[in-house]
Amino acid sequence: MSAAVQDAPAAVRVFGLRRAYGPRVVIDRLDLTIRRGEFVALLGESGCGKTTLLRALAGLDPIDGGRIEAPKRPAVVFQEPRLLPWDSLWRNVALGLPAEGAREKAAAALAEVGLGGRLDDWPRNLSGGQAQRVALARALVQQPELLLLDEPFAALDALTRIRMHVLVKDLVARHRPGVLLVTHDVAEAIALADRILVMRGGAIAAEHRPSAPGLPAATRATLLAELGVIDDLKSA
Amino acid sequence: MSQADHTATLALPGLAAAAPAASARRVRVFGPRALLALSWLAPVLLVAVWEVLAQTGYVTPQVLPAPSKVVRTAWRLATTGSLLNDLGTSLLRAAVGFVLGGSIAFVLGILVGFSRLAEALIDRSVQMVRAIPFLALLPLVIVWFGVGEGQKIFLVALGVAFPIYINTTLGIRQVDGKLLELGRVQGLSTAQMITRIILPGALPSILTGVRYSLATAWLALVVAETIGAQAGIGFLAMDAREFLRTDVVVLTIVIYALIGVVADSIARLLERRLLAWHPNFGGATR
Ligand SMILES: Nc1ncnc2c1ncn2[C@@H]1O[C@H](COP(=O)(O)OP(=O)(O)OP(=O)(O)O)[C@@H](O)[C@H]1O
Ligand SMILES: [Mg+2]
Repeated sequence: MSAAVQDAPAAVRVFGLRRAYGPRVVIDRLDLTIRRGEFVALLGESGCGKTTLLRALAGLDPIDGGRIEAPKRPAVVFQEPRLLPWDSLWRNVALGLPAEGAREKAAAALAEVGLGGRLDDWPRNLSGGQAQRVALARALVQQPELLLLDEPFAALDALTRIRMHVLVKDLVARHRPGVLLVTHDVAEAIALADRILVMRGGAIAAEHRPSAPGLPAATRATLLAELGVIDDLKSA
Repeated sequence: MSQADHTATLALPGLAAAAPAASARRVRVFGPRALLALSWLAPVLLVAVWEVLAQTGYVTPQVLPAPSKVVRTAWRLATTGSLLNDLGTSLLRAAVGFVLGGSIAFVLGILVGFSRLAEALIDRSVQMVRAIPFLALLPLVIVWFGVGEGQKIFLVALGVAFPIYINTTLGIRQVDGKLLELGRVQGLSTAQMITRIILPGALPSILTGVRYSLATAWLALVVAETIGAQAGIGFLAMDAREFLRTDVVVLTIVIYALIGVVADSIARLLERRLLAWHPNFGGATR
């Protein structure tokens, strides 16, 4: 992480967050800070509470304790594109924008994700990867301080996913929101993130900086061990 | 017809299990065009047979007049009689009843679809009233409104109301929760949530309700008009019945049928227009 990012204002701060579904505590005393322009990936075993954390940050779910200081409207990209099937692509991207100049902004955002020629097309004419690109455009057109991505590429094929990585990295570098990317893909986390967090037991259990001195391969092995995929913690 | 089709349909019963895909196929003696022509030829033939039977006296005019006679009667009534006037009266009743019943049901449906409180207050009562076959209310409606316009419009409105109410609430409830969540994430106001997400999402169901309600509106009108009307298609039929004018009676039946068909095509057209985005309705890409 560059010094500029370290000094950048926080996009989100979380203090002692707690979230429980009935008696089951999913998030417990979790602290987290993401700065503007910083790309953070969140890894963790299935069911450890990643989506729960992301939804809390997005303000979609109530919290049971602690404090979240987030911008009023973080942008979210879900695992599914969630396009409105009755609206054209540009109207989908412009959802929530003030009517004034909405079409121009949507057109620019669609052009950024490589769909500039399809403003008036229907969502159902898109492939999975194209639909997810529209969802990305819809998130970025809001010029969010915080961008929350919950496994946005999980449903895409391997090649499309790599193209999406390049696109996302490029877009984030240009718009510089704070990013929290939830993913199951260790390679994806290493390729995209400035900082990788591993969630376990309801809190952040480990933190890595793939750009720091040391081979990505070592980071990868450590991460896989921390995720319980290989049980050799000392390999790093 | 292709050779493959031929051999497939000729497969022996014992071989069918070995080729399930082939056995599921139907015998295709006619192409789709021929079948379409045939589907029109059949009713035309039926009318022709009817004409012949009536002309030769096998069927007396009191039972069923010849189709040609019905057409001539239609022309005569339209040019010299009150047919157009009666038609206008009937259509007006249907339209007023439809708009009244439809808009009340739509508003109630929206309230109940949106608000748990409104649902608790309204829904059960409506469902209970709905359990009554609405034509069973006819005697009561006559006591309330007499046999004037009020009774007819009320019956139509009642018949229209239930399908629209039910399909509006259903449509709103069925709106994808994930899209509602998206609306919140994008910071939509309540009004925007309704116009951008909830109503478009409920529209297919609402339009289905409109189509059903057109059918019940028509049924209600036919029944209402046969009782004490002074004008309208139903009045024409009742009047003709007294003089055993089966040609006029058949004419009114045909008119009811035609208007039903026209109303249904208008509803279909609406669906195609408004639901162009929907794979089941629109079809064509923009
Ligand atoms: N609505 C809910 N009601 C009750 N329990 C829930 C609910 N949503 C999630 N949970 C539970 O909370 C825990 C965390 O779920 P969450 O969806 O946050 O996991 P996740 O880390 O995103 O998993 P995955 O990687 O599989 O998406 C799980 O044990 C899950 O069963
Ligand atoms: Mg999840």
